[in-house]
Parts: sequence; structure tokens; C-alpha cells
Amino acid sequence: MLQNKIQEVFNEPGCAKNQTKSDKDRKKGCTKQLQPGAAAGGCAFDGAKIALQPITDVAHLVHGPIACEGNSWDNRGSKSSGSRLYRTGFTTDINELDVVYGGEKHLFRSIKEIIDKYDPPAVFVYQTCVPAMIGDDIEAVCKAASAKFAKPVIPINAPGFVGAKNLGNKLAGEALLDYVIGTEEPESTTPYDINIIGEYNLSGELWQVKPLLDHLGIRILACISGDAKYHEIAQSHRARAAMMVCSKAMINIARKMEERYQIPFFEGSFYGISDTSESLRAISRLLVERGAPAQLRERTEALIQREEARAWERLAAYKPRLRGKRVLLITGGVKSWSVVAALQEVGLEVVGTSVKKSTAEDKERIKEIMGEDAHMIDDMTPREMYKMLSEAQADIMLSGGRSQFVALKAKVPWLDINQERHHAYAGYEGMVDLVREIDKALYNPIWSQLRKAAPWDTREAAQWLS
Amino acid sequence: MAIVTVSHKACTVNPLKMSQPIGGALAFLGLAQCMPMLHGSQGCTAFGLVLFVRHFRETIPLQTTAMNEVATVLGGLDNIGNAILNIQKRANPRIIGICSTGVTETKGDDVDGYLKTFQAAHPELGDLAVVYVSTPDFKDAFQDGWSKAVRNMVDTLVEPTAARVAGQVNFLLGSHLTVADIEELREMAAAFGLHGTFLPDISGSLDGHIPDDFSPNTLGGTGLDEIRAMGEAELTIAIGEQMRPAAEALARKSGQPYILLERLTGLEPNDQLLDCLAQLSGTPVPEKYRRQRSQLMDAMLDGHFYFGGKRIAIGAEPDLLWTLATWLTEMGAVVATAITTTQSPLLEHMACQEVVIGDLEDLEARAADCDLLITHSHGRQAAERLGIPFLRMGLPIFDRLGAAHRLTVGYRGTRDLLFEVGNLLMANAHEHHPESWPLPGGDHARSQIAVG
Repeated sequence: MLQNKIQEVFNEPGCAKNQTKSDKDRKKGCTKQLQPGAAAGGCAFDGAKIALQPITDVAHLVHGPIACEGNSWDNRGSKSSGSRLYRTGFTTDINELDVVYGGEKHLFRSIKEIIDKYDPPAVFVYQTCVPAMIGDDIEAVCKAASAKFAKPVIPINAPGFVGAKNLGNKLAGEALLDYVIGTEEPESTTPYDINIIGEYNLSGELWQVKPLLDHLGIRILACISGDAKYHEIAQSHRARAAMMVCSKAMINIARKMEERYQIPFFEGSFYGISDTSESLRAISRLLVERGAPAQLRERTEALIQREEARAWERLAAYKPRLRGKRVLLITGGVKSWSVVAALQEVGLEVVGTSVKKSTAEDKERIKEIMGEDAHMIDDMTPREMYKMLSEAQADIMLSGGRSQFVALKAKVPWLDINQERHHAYAGYEGMVDLVREIDKALYNPIWSQLRKAAPWDTREAAQWLS
Repeated sequence: MAIVTVSHKACTVNPLKMSQPIGGALAFLGLAQCMPMLHGSQGCTAFGLVLFVRHFRETIPLQTTAMNEVATVLGGLDNIGNAILNIQKRANPRIIGICSTGVTETKGDDVDGYLKTFQAAHPELGDLAVVYVSTPDFKDAFQDGWSKAVRNMVDTLVEPTAARVAGQVNFLLGSHLTVADIEELREMAAAFGLHGTFLPDISGSLDGHIPDDFSPNTLGGTGLDEIRAMGEAELTIAIGEQMRPAAEALARKSGQPYILLERLTGLEPNDQLLDCLAQLSGTPVPEKYRRQRSQLMDAMLDGHFYFGGKRIAIGAEPDLLWTLATWLTEMGAVVATAITTTQSPLLEHMACQEVVIGDLEDLEARAADCDLLITHSHGRQAAERLGIPFLRMGLPIFDRLGAAHRLTVGYRGTRDLLFEVGNLLMANAHEHHPESWPLPGGDHARSQIAVG
């Protein structure tokens, strides 16, 4: 069962990287073989949880020992406009007896307790390594619980050992396709209904974009999964068009919804001014093609013109301060080129960008944007990164939290642009915020103080007593 | 005396507990030039790593044997060997500390046996110390993992000896002590002219300093040679009940005596520690500590008004719970609710009616009428819902700066904690209003009708 699913998501026809592979390579899947003692990153369960936890009104129940939830809960910045249930940590916290006798009954009782106490619209049950090894059949337990309590209880079968985070994202998507999407009908539909797929509303980024869509009369039928409610996702098959954000993490949802429900989609980004405009254009183009009034496109152009001008006006102040400052950009996949373009828009010089998770197509786009001699970094060890920064080959590093201290310990400004970040950088507003944050980081007065040696280490030390 | 109960819910809601392997890993992070490693899936390590990064705001060296599906089913012993060789090649540490996880314990890998064979087959790794500890996720809690890891460090690394070095004293430190606590103890020992070995010593590795160069391993901590020589100390001082197994292991190895101090927050326990150090060194208690003692007594006099009768709800691991509950009771407060993560001989002696081995949902349900909620950062949502003041204690503390530099041991640490808690209680003191003193039920209602 699970094996078939994994093969299926590895064989994703919508994935450009996958399409360039030979049959044999495709079979091996997109997970690189991990090297014991030299591996980093989350597991498939982690990926599945990241992808679905932003659904705010669902109880997310982790079936496993305390490590899987106890060590990790409440650590993501996905925001909600309503329910806070998604921030409650639920786990079966299985013990030795469960390992010996099986944990299915324990899981069933846990589901019952959650429904009795919290009565959520649905319970998502996440499989983890240990119960998978002892053979707990979470699909069967969820089916029995759904029937008994007349409530959707959804199995998310992505135990950690099957692979890395990215695979977990996709398996989570499969669970939504198999058990949630298309199971309910919306009260009403409009020609302006869209889905946004792969947007997690980190730090509230969706809310930087939603006012633009609201202004155009476009309704987000479902965002998968940022600030989503269960019913919205169950009804999302009635959207007219979809936008897929964030690389390939949820491409299987976008493609299969196109296949099953004829919802056309495009891949876009809300990072950077031109990317935001392009995405708005693509949304309105798809909606018009699906029957929305043609004047939507004119209204979209008018909005783009107004908002771009407003953003540029605000960015102009930063241009003289940021021109020529060198940025080292360490991030994954699609984010590389969209952020590179954005940074260049204000005159920053990108001295290197990571392409570890990027596809050939992504790399081509980076070359287009940065020129043929683009410095693409495939995999940089922390030691190399430290060397590059301490030799002052960059003025600031933008990366995820993992490498934050490499920059900070080298006394180089650093800005978080990954999922744990606290600032929102989407849309026109987000770009202005990103540039403001870069400016704040670069011009903070601490750097000159920190880089100065202690007086007793220099010959110019003042003579206090002479 | 307290009744110890175990929460009988099937579903844990808002966990207080963290898992054993990362408790063990944190203990290994207190060793110098060490690379801790979890024998499990890569996610086991990633979750622990993110947790520690959020708490300490430091790079955390922590590796994984990266068990995939095949290794998980067929056994992952070869992954351990490969991992050791890889780590040795890439990071070249002096010590590798390995903790097992739920994944590998379910299969039942015989790691001890494998390591013997592996080390025999790789004589070139002779200088590399490897310490293994069995820490299944589905048993016990964070504090237990720490306790077992330190015991195994002693068992594996300390060299048996009958020799004694005058003025040499060992400190075995529980997982509830912070970087600042360890620095305070080091200063105390030095003030008596004693030379202390501190195990594990996260004050060397996780104190948040800027190293001169990049290191893939821990940036400091107890050195391997120091640990090997611990048998030569005159005395071992263990802090926290969780350190008893390590203290006993050390006593078995080299026959030296140990004393166990259950806590170091409060007046009396610090009197005991300083008295002990004075006797051991033959040096009178320095003037500095006499002054600090006097300051603490004065703080107790000034502060006790705000503690008296206050109802406190605490969620913490057993040794931290013991420290806080005992001290707060000594200040006149009432520990109304005590939730903990795992068994400990201290629990039944706790100064409250009941100790529950449970979660933050249990804590929240029992804290509604309390004046203060004390637990780690995950309790912030509960405190917000209940609308009562919140003190962050324990690990993780990810929504405040300086968790490692919180000092709560010694006279000075107790004084500072007293002020912090006292200020929270003072700031939230109830203001009186006209309806503060109503007559019993009906009387009040009738008088209103009469006036109206």
C-alpha cells in the first residue's frame, strides 16, 4: 500500500526534474540515499505534519512515542484567522506495553477522547516509525472510528523512515486527495473561485496577498493548507483555477485536481514584485478562460499598476543604501530565483545562491536572472560558509534557521527567510518588508562594535594612567 | 507527602514531556569535542536539534544514523559503524555519544555487542571514545535519558583508581541546571581553593560565546581526560536525585564517597553546600558568601508578604519540580497543582497533595484558581487562556532570550528568583472594588431591591 503510494509520488509527471530522468533513476525516487553520520533534515512524518498542520480547525493526532510530537509541537509560525485547535499537541505517547501488544486500541481511544472533548470537524491521524514497525493499521482504525463517531478521521501514512521531508509533503497531499478533497459540496460557487496550493500562511503571508485578491473580487475557495478550515478543503474541487506555490512540494495535489476535476493550475510565486504581478495576471487569465468576465483582466492590470508603483515608491528610499551590497542566499528550490530577482530589483548584488533543491529549469532561470557566471552553490558545508563570510565575501546572508549561527558567529548580518521566520515577505507589501529588514540588519550599529578588537588586543590601546 | 497518580487518558494533549534520547543527547553536548548521535530515523535528530537551537540559540552538533526503511526492518547496526567512520572523517571528535531511539529499540539492535566487534575491527579508531546509552522513546522521559547517559559516561570513561588528589572534587549535574548555575558552582568551588570537575558541563559548550574558529563538534565542555581522572577526586557532589545512578557508578569504580544535594535553590541547601566545601577544603566560608546569605535572608523578609498563601501550579520534570515546589513552600506559598513527566523517588515526598504524571492539559485543568503558572514555554497558551501570570522554567524556553543564563542556584540565584516570582505575584495582586465583600447570597440581592 504505502510502497505503491511512494512509487506513485516519485513518478510525478508534473515534476520537471522527474521528467528528465531515466526510467531506472525514476524508480529510485527523488530521495537521495542518506549517509549515516552525515545527514541533516526532517523525516517524512515531519514533512507531512508541516504540510497539513496549517489546517486550523482539525485535531492533528500523532500516533507514536513522545519524541515525534513532544519534541516538536508548537514550533511553526503558520497563522490562523479563526480556530486555534491546530496549535494543540495531540499524541498517543505510546509506551512499552503498546509496543508489545500493539497500539491500535490506544489510538482508537485517543480519537474518541479528542472528539468527546474538542469536537473538531475532523481528526487527522499521523503514522510514525514505531507503530508502523509493529504493524498498527491506522487506515483500519481511522475507518472504524469514522464509522463509529460519524466524523472524518483521516489517516496520514508517512512514517519517518520512508524518506525525507519532501516525500512527506507529497504523501500528505495524497491523503487529502484520497480522503478529503471532493467529499463535500460548497453552498455556492462563483466564477472567481480559486485554490492556492502549497501556501502555509507562515507569519501570515497569505494575508499580504489576500487583500489584492479581495479587491479583484477573487475568492480563495481553499488555501492548501494555510489558514484553511477542513470544510474548505473538502469543497475545494469546485474551484475554477488554482495556483501552485512553493516549488514542487504539493505538485501532486495540483496535477491530480486538474486531472480529476479539470481545475487548471499554474506555478507561481508571491515573492518579489514582478513575480507577484505575474501571479495575479495568471490567476485572472485562468479565471477568464474558465468563464469569468473578460474585464477581470483589465481590473487586474489596473491593480498591478497601482500597487507596483506604490511598492517602488516605498523601495526607492532604500536603493541608495542597499546598492552594491553583497548577499549570500542559501535556500531551496523555486525560492532561489524568485528571491534573487526580487533582491536585484533594489540593487543588491547576489554573490551566490544555493541550488541544492532546484530543478534544471530553476537553474536556467537563475542563469537568466544572474547571468551566465551565476555563482550557484550545490551543497555548501557550514565550514565553507563560515570561511566565505568571515573573509567578508558577502555583506549579509539570507538563509534558513539551520545556518543562522554560521553567519552570526562570523559577525555577519543574517536574515531568516525560511519557514521558522517571524516576518512575512509575500506580495508587494512583503517585498517592502523584506528590504526594510535587510536594511535594518545591515545598518544595525552592533556590527561596527563587534568587529572592533578588545583594546588590550591592539597596539593603539589608550594609555589610561599616563 | 503526596499521592502520585498517572494520568489515565489515552491521548496526551499538549505534552509536557520530551523524549529520553534527546535528554541523553543534551548530556553529551556537555562534553568537549564531542559529537552526539541518535541511532534512529533522521527525523529523531532533526526534532531534537530544532528544539535545542530554539532554546539555546546556538548551533547544535547532533548526528543521526539515518535509518531508512530497509535498515529499520533488517537492523541498523551497520549504520552505526558507517556513521562513526563518517563522523570521524568529517568532524574528527574525541568522543561520540550514541543514544538509541524508539525505532531501533523496537527492532532490538544489540548496540553494545556490535560496538565491541566494530572497535576490535577498527584499531585505527583507538583514540576515539564511544559511549552508548539505551534510551527508547516509548519509555521514561528527558531527565531519565540525561541520567542514564551520565551514568554510562562514568561507566565507560572513568578509569578505576585508588589514588586521591587533594582538593579535587567532582560535581555531577542534573539536566535542570543551567549554564549560569554551573558557572556559579564553579566559582564557589574556586572560592574555597578546590578544583572541580563538572560533568556534564554545558557551560563550556552552550553558553553562547563566539569561538575563534568554526568547529563541527561541541565548542567546550568536560574534557575526555578530565572525565577519565574523576576517580581521583576526594569527594563527589551530585546535584539532583537523577544524578544518583552516576554517583553510585563512580563510587563503585573508585570507592570515593558522594553526597547528594536534591536542590540548590533556597537558604538551607546552600548552607549545606558551603559547609561541605568549607570542611573539604579546610577553608572558612568566604566573606562574599556570608554577605550573599545575609542578602538572601533580607530578600525573604521583604518578599514573603507576596508569597504567603499564594496558589501555584507547576509543570516540570521531577528534579526541577522538587526544587521549585520545596522552595515555594518554604516561602509560604501553596503548591496547588504539580504535574511531572516521569517517576522519581522524590515525588511522594513532594510538598503538595497530589503529583500527577501527565501533560499540560492536566496542568491547565487544575490551575484555573491558581495565582501563578510555572512550566516551560509550551505553557504560554494555557496561561493566556486562564489569564494568570506565567513563569517560564525548564526546557524548552524559546520565546524569551537568555534561557541558559538564568541563575537559580546559590544564595544569589535564589535571591534573584525570589524577586522575579515576587514581582509577578505583586504585579497581579487583586485590587479591591465595591463588590469585593458581599454579604451571603440572598441578603445582598434583597438590599438592592429595597434601594431600587
